Amino acid sequence: MSAAPIDLPRWADVALVPLVSVAAALLVAGLVVVGIGENPLEATALLLRGALGSAEGIGFTLYYATNFIFTGLAVAVAFHAGLFNIGGEGQATVAGICAAVACTALGSVPGFLAAPLAILAAAAGGALWAFIPGWLQAKRGSHVVITTIMLNFVAATLIVYLLREVIGKPGSMQPETPDFPTSAVLTPMHRLLAPLGINLPATPLNTSFLLALAALFAVWLLIWRTRLGYAIRTVGANPRAAAYAGISPAAVTMIAMTISGALAGGLAVNEALGVQHRLVLDFTAGYGFVGIAVALMGRGHPVGVGLAALLFGVLYQGGAELSFDKPTITRDMVVVIGGVLILFAGALDGLFRRLVASMLATGRTA
Amino acid sequence: MRMGSFAAALAGVALSAMAALAQQPIKPAVVYDKGGKFDKSFNEGVFIGADRFRKETGVEFRDFEPANDAQIEQALRRFARDGHSPIIAVGFSQATALQKVAAEFPDLKFTIIDMVVELPNVQSIVFKEHEGSYLVGLLGAMASKTNKVGFVGGMDIPLIRRFACGYVQGVKAAKPGAEIFQNMTGSTPAAWSDPVKGGELAKSQIDRGADVVYHAAGGTGIGVLRAAADAGKLGIGVDSNQNGLHPGKVLTSMLKRVDIAAFNSFKAARDGAWKPGTSVLGLKEDGIDWALDEHNKALITPEMKAAADKARADIISGAVKVHDYMSDQKCTM
Repeated sequence: MSAAPIDLPRWADVALVPLVSVAAALLVAGLVVVGIGENPLEATALLLRGALGSAEGIGFTLYYATNFIFTGLAVAVAFHAGLFNIGGEGQATVAGICAAVACTALGSVPGFLAAPLAILAAAAGGALWAFIPGWLQAKRGSHVVITTIMLNFVAATLIVYLLREVIGKPGSMQPETPDFPTSAVLTPMHRLLAPLGINLPATPLNTSFLLALAALFAVWLLIWRTRLGYAIRTVGANPRAAAYAGISPAAVTMIAMTISGALAGGLAVNEALGVQHRLVLDFTAGYGFVGIAVALMGRGHPVGVGLAALLFGVLYQGGAELSFDKPTITRDMVVVIGGVLILFAGALDGLFRRLVASMLATGRTA
Repeated sequence: MRMGSFAAALAGVALSAMAALAQQPIKPAVVYDKGGKFDKSFNEGVFIGADRFRKETGVEFRDFEPANDAQIEQALRRFARDGHSPIIAVGFSQATALQKVAAEFPDLKFTIIDMVVELPNVQSIVFKEHEGSYLVGLLGAMASKTNKVGFVGGMDIPLIRRFACGYVQGVKAAKPGAEIFQNMTGSTPAAWSDPVKGGELAKSQIDRGADVVYHAAGGTGIGVLRAAADAGKLGIGVDSNQNGLHPGKVLTSMLKRVDIAAFNSFKAARDGAWKPGTSVLGLKEDGIDWALDEHNKALITPEMKAAADKARADIISGAVKVHDYMSDQKCTM
């Protein structure tokens, strides 16, 4: 991310500003809820209870959070290199296609190999789809914001064509592939933990959540503990200085985009391999774009990304429960609440930085 | 006299008690398709039927509009866990989720519309859309002066080709030499909600000479009907009665009575008469019909009505067989 024009103490930057943003967003969302004649406190309680009040709610929350961790990390890694990758949707789509093709080809491979190979195929697909804009940026100067979003459309059209004409289930009403072989799909958490005597209700939460946690740690290692991570951060802070220091901004751009795309492929792992066990159209469902908000809110740091992903998971799951219990709060209202959160945490970030900075300044002089 | 009225009152009490006994307390629920509750077509039909049940019986129902695929299964399971029954799953895309949830709750009743799920506690309701399409094709061909008619489908799936195939057969039955233009709006679910493209497709068919255009395209069809009305031609509506959208410019509508299906499912459960299995609703079962009301009665001549009535009787009696595209994925006309 670009250097902030306003200097803040670190604790204020990483904790206070996001908290103020979220609080303001909740306040505005609360006003909207009042506007449609519901009690905002009751709505908040329902939302939290729905998301965190039961084992099933937590399962769904973490399932959504898994998607946001992957897409959030994808955006964050590119951010560190000064790149704005808004092509998470397209990268995840191509990842899903590659995973589906791998699954069909992997029917005869033994189980313990099939799932890892399918995951690798997904990562490779996402990486490929992000490498193209990375290469175009590095070698041709085509801006990634333009190329990534354009490739989203190419990927969306590609998956339609493939599902209709090539890998789709014949005679199906829905554009979807046949079910993947059971050896290639990921184990649901409730089945994984059952032998240990832990009985969980059936939720879409599966082992890709563990993969997401591993990805959080791996990204932290990569960005702050490796030579490549240092190069990525240097290029992000100042490409000319990086070049002067002997780092090739072009190479770093391509590498960072490739890693970013592979992480976005995690969305396909969770959705296609983990939950639906087949490739359906539009499985990305906007998670790629919400990843931008997750990365912004999480300040590009894996811990922040994890927390922001959890917040959005709570919002998605709690929101569904809310609209379930309160018919006046429709699913569109839940989108409004999420939108307000993104607006305050992402777009209006500067507003609160200034506010917090001036408050801290008064505090110091007083 | 007093005794008589007392006995009558007693009998009345006993009767109403018996009626109350026969009526099961039910907690019905509906999970809509991702298209949403108020889509002016398919989902809204289910809502209208469920709402009619609520008004007539006073039994409240719960409903939910899923925002993504994961929420379909989640909602079905939540309703099931709360003991809701019967639960109506709207649309073919819920089949996979329903299969799982219905197996987990064998004591509850489930109904799915537009798809067959074979489980002992699931009622599947499918429609013979080809029969209704045949009738409106017949009417459309008779109303056409150019002997050219059009069809605009939504998403290119076997279900919509079934509409198209029935329509073609109806047109050919009335005018064997008639020309039929067919277009599908797209191959993704977005094709259900693209009225602009629907209108353009209708316009191009009208430019080629079509003067009656039938749509089976959900929200896209609003554009088809408008384009036909703007050009001074005739449109044919689908699913709900759309005659009133452009009075005098909509020849008729092919009615698919999902509202009756939803209403009957709830009512049968309340009366203790709910049965699992597949019911195929066609003209005979009043699940399919064509609309004749004050908006289009000037358009339908007595000869047309007579021809449609005869065709309906012939289809019901079996004298006329309308080929079902989905039986062999072919339309040989």
